[in-house]
Amino acid sequence: MTEKIKVSNLYKSFGKLEVLRDISVDVQEGEVVCVIGPSGGGKSTFLRCINRLEEATQGEIILGAKDAGNITITDPKININKVRERIGMVFQSFNLFPHLTAKKNIMLAPVSLNKMKKAEAEQNALALLERVGLAEKANNYPHELSGGQKQRVAIARALAMQPEVMLFDEPTSALDPELVGEVLAVMQKLAADGMTMLVVTHEMGFARDVADRVILIAEGQIAEEGAPAEFFTNPKEDRTKEFLSSIL
Amino acid sequence: MNFDFARVFEQLTPLLWQGLYYTLYVSFVSIVAGMIVGLISCFMIISRYRILRILSGTFVWVIRGTPMLVQAMFFFFGVPQVLRMVVPGINETLTEILPFAVNIPMLFTPVQAGILTVALNAGAYFTEIFRAGINAVDKGQNEAARSLGLTQWKTMYKVILPQALRISLPPSVNQWIISVKDTSLLSAIGVGELMQQTRIYAGRTMINFESFIYVALWYLAILSVLMILAKKLETWVTYDRKN
Ligand SMILES: Nc1ncnc2c1ncn2[C@@H]1O[C@H](COP(=O)(O)OP(=O)(O)OP(=O)(O)O)[C@@H](O)[C@H]1O
Ligand SMILES: [Mg+2]
Repeated sequence: MTEKIKVSNLYKSFGKLEVLRDISVDVQEGEVVCVIGPSGGGKSTFLRCINRLEEATQGEIILGAKDAGNITITDPKININKVRERIGMVFQSFNLFPHLTAKKNIMLAPVSLNKMKKAEAEQNALALLERVGLAEKANNYPHELSGGQKQRVAIARALAMQPEVMLFDEPTSALDPELVGEVLAVMQKLAADGMTMLVVTHEMGFARDVADRVILIAEGQIAEEGAPAEFFTNPKEDRTKEFLSSIL
Repeated sequence: MNFDFARVFEQLTPLLWQGLYYTLYVSFVSIVAGMIVGLISCFMIISRYRILRILSGTFVWVIRGTPMLVQAMFFFFGVPQVLRMVVPGINETLTEILPFAVNIPMLFTPVQAGILTVALNAGAYFTEIFRAGINAVDKGQNEAARSLGLTQWKTMYKVILPQALRISLPPSVNQWIISVKDTSLLSAIGVGELMQQTRIYAGRTMINFESFIYVALWYLAILSVLMILAKKLETWVTYDRKN
């Protein structure tokens, strides 16, 4: 196994507010890591630092890129757009482009970044929609889709650039309970296909069943990490016990 | 008291057809130019460069803070006068360089000065309209596009603007209407538009009441057509007809 993402001593402050403190995480290729923790603990900020939607205040994040060796994401001199092509991101609020159909949402990045010709991107989009079980929704606009369908299109859109890593920030938190399953199923399939995934989630069932490793981030620090079986049944830290009991 | 609508209808109508040409021509060119100016100025005002923000902020401030009539007079009478003083012999020089004779005493024809004035006014208001439109687009849209690897420009062009322009449509229609009406002020610098034609006619014949009612009806007709077209446009561009 090779290292896909290496976060070393990451700090992040918003003004005086220190949100992340000394976070270090290694994610191996093909690994699924679930990040859990209390609200405001810094989970989203951590994820957003990885594709530099937030600039780290201190520390280093390295992407082990397939063809380009190691890329230091936190290095201000790199072309961040090129790095983002390799890292897909899925948001809690879907953020589909409302003026484009499902298919066009997926085609936008590959076509406008000249990664694919239009016809090729269209084939790719249809294949991805098939993969997330929405082949028949290709020509529907986002407002014509249910929440679960929107999120599945958003996943397909993130996959269109053929990323090496996928980041999920609470992908099911905005969904009605009965729609959560269809999105988790897509993610589970993606994990089974070998995608490297970092998933912020409140779905403990998913973390237990799909994650290779679970990380608890609370008050800006990693409180505990470990394999899900161990983490959930036999947590070592008091902070973890407290958090787990608060959500059960 | 006798009203003489029949006479006004007969005599003023041909003059208003001439005026209509100028009203429509000046309105159209000014609105198109104003929207381009507004878009550029809006990009400047949201840019990260202070100097661009200051430039476009000043532009909006001055245009909004001064009467249009003053601006029109300034461009038509004021600017050429200074040009002639600052650059003596400018007529001769320009005539030599350019393929046509230049006569700076006026610099701009009334129509040119008129278009300049209405366009800059529209531009200042469109700056604010477009900025509000861009601000109204959810910031998650920007994040989604950027996280796909799109540059700031591509994000603006492919994701933000298509949504912002739709949001801007109703206030834009409003500004189109205002700009058309603004052209009536240009009679003060002699643009032969509807208002100017009517003023001349009414002054000559002393038939004021009927003349101004008649031209008002013409404006009402033009703007009604504009409003109907705008409604059609608004339905046509909505992707989300549910709300
Ligand atoms: N752009 C910002 N400016 C200032 N403070 C911010 C900003 N973004 C996040 N914060 C603060 O950073 C802290 C961590 O926020 P973050 O969104 O990372 O938490 P989270 O663990 O994802 O919480 P949740 O489970 O509610 O999504 C919070 O206190 C939040 O208020
Ligand atoms: Mg969050």
